[in-house]
Amino acid sequence: MAEIRLENLHKAFGDFTAVRESSFTIADGEFFVMLGPSGCGKTTTLRMIAGLELPTSGRILLDGEDVTWNRASARDIAFVFQLFALYPHMTVRRNISFPLRIAGLPRKEVRERTESVAKLLQIEHLLDRGVGGLAAGDRQRVALGRAIVRRAKAFLMDEPLGALDAEFRDVMCEELRVLHNRIGATTVYVTHDQVEAMSMADRICVMNHAEVLQIGSPLEVYDRPATKFVAGFIGSPSMNFLPAKGGLPAGSRAIRVNGSEIAIPETQASLESAEAFVGARPEHIQITGEGALRGRVFGVEYMGARQLVTVDTDVGRLRVRSPNTLRVNDGETVGLDFMTERLAVFDAATDRAVPTLRAEGGLNG
Amino acid sequence: MSIAANPGQTGARGRWLAGSAVALYALIAMIPLFWIFATGFKSPPDSIAYPPKVFFEPTLEGYVNLFTSRSRQTDEYIKTLGPPKTWYEEIARSRNMVITGPSRFVDRYWNSVVIGFGSTFLAVFLGTLAAYAFSRFKVPLKDDLLFFILSTRMMPPIAVAIPIFLMYRELGLSDTKAGMILLYTAVNLSLSVWLLKGFVDEIPREYEEAAVVDGYTRLQAFRKVVLPQMRAGIAATAIFCLIFAWNEYAFALLLTSGHAQTAPPFIPIIIGEGGLDWPAVAAGTTLFLLPVVVFTVLLRNQLLRGITFGAVRK
Ligand SMILES: Nc1ncnc2c1ncn2[C@@H]1O[C@H](COP(=O)(O)OP(=O)(O)O)[C@@H](O)[C@H]1O
Ligand SMILES: [Mg+2]
Repeated sequence: MAEIRLENLHKAFGDFTAVRESSFTIADGEFFVMLGPSGCGKTTTLRMIAGLELPTSGRILLDGEDVTWNRASARDIAFVFQLFALYPHMTVRRNISFPLRIAGLPRKEVRERTESVAKLLQIEHLLDRGVGGLAAGDRQRVALGRAIVRRAKAFLMDEPLGALDAEFRDVMCEELRVLHNRIGATTVYVTHDQVEAMSMADRICVMNHAEVLQIGSPLEVYDRPATKFVAGFIGSPSMNFLPAKGGLPAGSRAIRVNGSEIAIPETQASLESAEAFVGARPEHIQITGEGALRGRVFGVEYMGARQLVTVDTDVGRLRVRSPNTLRVNDGETVGLDFMTERLAVFDAATDRAVPTLRAEGGLNG
Repeated sequence: MSIAANPGQTGARGRWLAGSAVALYALIAMIPLFWIFATGFKSPPDSIAYPPKVFFEPTLEGYVNLFTSRSRQTDEYIKTLGPPKTWYEEIARSRNMVITGPSRFVDRYWNSVVIGFGSTFLAVFLGTLAAYAFSRFKVPLKDDLLFFILSTRMMPPIAVAIPIFLMYRELGLSDTKAGMILLYTAVNLSLSVWLLKGFVDEIPREYEEAAVVDGYTRLQAFRKVVLPQMRAGIAATAIFCLIFAWNEYAFALLLTSGHAQTAPPFIPIIIGEGGLDWPAVAAGTTLFLLPVVVFTVLLRNQLLRGITFGAVRK
């Protein structure tokens, strides 16, 4: 068990920066998820923590000890690879016990620990099979087993559910979280799937273009996104962005969207740029007769108790989640009302959220 | 008749047809081999009989002639020697011959074994290391180096034969086993590096990385994780290298004469020794074919997987 601290960790491949000056601390026993689109530098960060890639600059501390230049084999960290990397020439048992055999543990202990891990993961019946014919889910479990059996200081997992089909992914998500609660090992989990991240993480670190944009609990990143990118990346369907007029002093309570005023939570800092965006999640817009903004219904998707209404307005196409007690028809003109205290404001020039007083009372990250 | 049964039946019939075609082809391809094998057991008159004899009385005369040196003697002289002590002396005397000692076949054969397997081992060993490095490390001028290695295969051997002959004479490598091993290793290395690099490229880096994270050094990861997965590729490469080194004739003829002569240039010499002794030639050829056959059969499982190269993804 260990705390992992990154200090200004930087990685460049030639001219290309894969990870830019990352600094954060992963607490002991935490389930920490790194989330971001493909190519944003998640794997590279993980590989640097594991010691498979050396940073261009910066430091990595494991429990306070500087391991930046230590060999991977000397870091006592377990890694679950995207494609599992099970050794095809070994049985399940030998795959799982591999790290123990390297460490030269006595046979009896190797056997006992391998079997108890297999039991934990419910793959005892597969122990003496080859890994070639295993189903993806079982391969996944074997890969996890190989990581767990070592009782390493930390687990790093690179999109471990990426190779599974959607249905099974949900099951494994839950199993992984249960497993984590049981073992309590510091876990760094990389994914590009925000649903996975939201359902498993203690804290999420959102990355884009080699940069860390925000670190916070799932609720924080959802409710108080630090940038427009984070706001748009998390949540499905994604947040609506309404182009608005900038140049607001601190303490403003309204913003101009296409000629009309929309009330926003009181801003805590000035917004200098000439242009801004108002961010409204689909569930924070209501369909009314009147309303700050009007538009034509483009389509309705029924989703059980809720429905998703697409409305074309002068400021673009908006998605609204509303209770399906409300009947709307395609082509109908409706008014839209915004839940003031849940709106976010973004500086169009910097992409960053303007700090506001929000319903939860906190400041923006 | 159900519809579902149909494809199954045609499938079985198709397989049967394909199997028969392969068997027939194998049979035709093996006729020359069988002919050589049979000729080894014929008497010299049978071996040149016309029309060719399919049925004949087998004799070991060819093998006796292959392994011995003999001289022709008169009946009177042979009678003075007393009765033959061994079965092969008896065979020789029936042709008015007296065995004067062993032939050089065993020596030449042994040279072939040492040079063939020695150069194969070296080519595969060095090739494996080079292929791994080319596949995994940042080697400066990698593409140029790889092309250079390949280019050593582009010239016909005969074009470099004279320079090599002169070079070897200066270096004292002419007619030495070490010289021949070196030469065959050099020729085979390009094949071995290129083939094996393909196999290493197929093995995901994650395997080694997983092993390194789990506590192995890079070298241990190579030995315990990469090497076992290269088995098929190594087997296939080794067979190709051995077949080349084993059958090579031109260099062997030019560079060896006595001490390090291999079997290929030696076997035809038999023809000149005592008239057209085809059974002895066939006997030598039969024995010469054996090691490659045995080697291939031993490695056949690996070979089947290896020869498909990357065609089948795991
Ligand atoms: N060894 C490498 N050499 C050059 N570029 C690399 C290397 N590894 C990764 N990259 C680049 O760095 C970027 C980040 O990669 P990665 O960390 O794998 O992203 P992610 O895991 O978030 O999808 C990508 O654009 C990738 O092409
Ligand atoms: Mg990745």
